[in-house]
Amino acid sequence: MQAFHLSQPNSLDAALAAARSHGAKFIAGGTDLMQLLKDNIEVPTELVDLERVGLSSIQADASELRLGAMARMSDAAVHPDVRAGWPAIVQALEASASPQVRNMGTIGGNLLQRTRCGYFRDTGFACNKREPGSGCPAIAGENRLMAILGGSDHCIATHPSDLAVALTALDAMVTLHGINGERRVPIADFYRLPADTPHIETILQPGEMITAVTVRASGAARNSHYLKLRDRASFEFALVSVAVGLDQRDGVIEHALLAAGGVGTRPWRLPQVEAALRGKALEDAVFGDASSIAAGGASPAQQNGFKRILLQRAVFRALQMASA
Amino acid sequence: MPSVTRRVLLGTTVSSLAMGSVEGRADDTTPTISAAPAPGSPGAMDIALQINGNQVPLVVDPRTTLLDALREQIGLTGTKKGCDRGSCGACTVHIDGRRVLSCLTLAARVQGKAITTIEGLTSGDVLHPVQAAFLHHDGYQCGYCTPGQIMSAVALIKEGHTRSDAEIREWMSGNICRCGAYPNIVAAIRDAAQRS
Ligand SMILES: Cc1cc2nc3c(=O)[nH]c(=O)nc-3n(C[C@H](O)[C@H](O)[C@H](O)COP(=O)(O)OP(=O)(O)OC[C@H]3O[C@@H](n4cnc5c(N)ncnc54)[C@H](O)[C@@H]3O)c2cc1C
Ligand code: SF4
Ligand code: FES
Ligand code: FES
Repeated sequence: MQAFHLSQPNSLDAALAAARSHGAKFIAGGTDLMQLLKDNIEVPTELVDLERVGLSSIQADASELRLGAMARMSDAAVHPDVRAGWPAIVQALEASASPQVRNMGTIGGNLLQRTRCGYFRDTGFACNKREPGSGCPAIAGENRLMAILGGSDHCIATHPSDLAVALTALDAMVTLHGINGERRVPIADFYRLPADTPHIETILQPGEMITAVTVRASGAARNSHYLKLRDRASFEFALVSVAVGLDQRDGVIEHALLAAGGVGTRPWRLPQVEAALRGKALEDAVFGDASSIAAGGASPAQQNGFKRILLQRAVFRALQMASA
Repeated sequence: MPSVTRRVLLGTTVSSLAMGSVEGRADDTTPTISAAPAPGSPGAMDIALQINGNQVPLVVDPRTTLLDALREQIGLTGTKKGCDRGSCGACTVHIDGRRVLSCLTLAARVQGKAITTIEGLTSGDVLHPVQAAFLHHDGYQCGYCTPGQIMSAVALIKEGHTRSDAEIREWMSGNICRCGAYPNIVAAIRDAAQRS
């Protein structure tokens, strides 16, 4: 770990001011950043502690859920209003990491956790994301866990967050605060594809902070589910995951929302599957047709072709869960 | 069972020794163990941590984790370092009553919070009911993961995640046991939960 100065501001303005210094980095729960600091993957000179800034409230009403950026993952998951109105968020959180990590990890930090690509996490290897221009050993190397959608010649790493997949399906908005004030962006626009700049993962500007995430209330959100498939039963990142929200009336699908994790270089929305479900009957034959096109456009590497079929089957199963 | 006797001995004498050393140093503003940066060295921070009810003044580097402060500076070695990356749970402690990982916690960030370690579970020579249940059910082999398992289990019972063995397993999944003592760990927790 490289030396840094720790500042502990007690207001949003003070935190934004502290973050203006070159080499500054926010620390929230610290559960990802501490790993990256220990391994010299992140080397900030100034650590801006968000603990005393507040921003940890969780509020829900008939129209919207608002999760403060510093709300702990475990507190969001046990909140009765979140459980009632946005179950996919609860299920995604409860399937993430471990109880101890969820007691520490925050909503904002979760969205900004870095990829689990083993090459990225080991400074003994080249990695375009960690060291732009150094190369991507994953493309011709160990790529069983890598993305099959959204990759480029420069990077094929997946985004690891479960929460982000649920939020992507449910059309969440991310609220950002910088020295120039506040802006709100759809989560679909928040994450960037790697293209030839895989080290730039979001549209966040230097010194800008996530202050909240908001999600609309809807029938699809109330009837939403998160299915996570992994190499071991618990305490593991997703091989493939699917968030689904279904709004139905009299056995007909009015609205379907779907996104997948573990397969894309960012949380992956599945608009073609949503379109194939709209206005159709809630039945396995329809689910079968719709899930068969879930992996359209995928380009697997040598070891991860299985994710194509796993994704189709996960979509099918998630649709069954949401219609049960 | 001779091994139980040995474990009882270790469990009580080591923890009371450790407690003794905290109390001994609690009034001493300059911990002498070498892991502490020299006071006044660049970046050194004067902090105070509230550990097991004692106020402990310390000088730390900003990089010092709570785990290293506990083990290397304060002498509370009951909290274990397994992976140092959040993946094993050996370093589990309670902060303000919640189970968290001390290896991913910077010491300077938890001033003013109530920190409880395995040494703080007991009152005098009487084991905490969860410690007693682990002993009774032989919930360990080498014992390295045990302090973390017990700290996690105490919190789990308070959270109410003990309605079935499957639920206990899921909510204990952040604590890895390389010896594979899981069946006995689950039995110990089920037993302790039923008595609580
Ligand atoms: C062993 C282990 C297993 C895990 N398994 C899973 C899993 O299965 N699924 C999953 O989704 N996650 C998993 N995680 C990741 C975990 O969920 C994240 O580490 C956690 O959510 C990050 O939140 P944090 O508050 O600790 O972030 P930090 O580590 O504090 O910060 C992460 C990043 O976000 C930045 N940041 C934090 N807050 C803000 C803000 N408000 N505005 C701007 N920038 C900010 C920091 O500067 C840093 O770059 C696992 C983690 C561990 C340690
Ligand atoms: S896949 Fe991306 S993160 Fe992994 S080695 Fe290649 S460039 Fe780095
Ligand atoms: S040492 Fe902290 S989780 Fe392994
Ligand atoms: S008892 Fe040996 S690691 Fe658990």
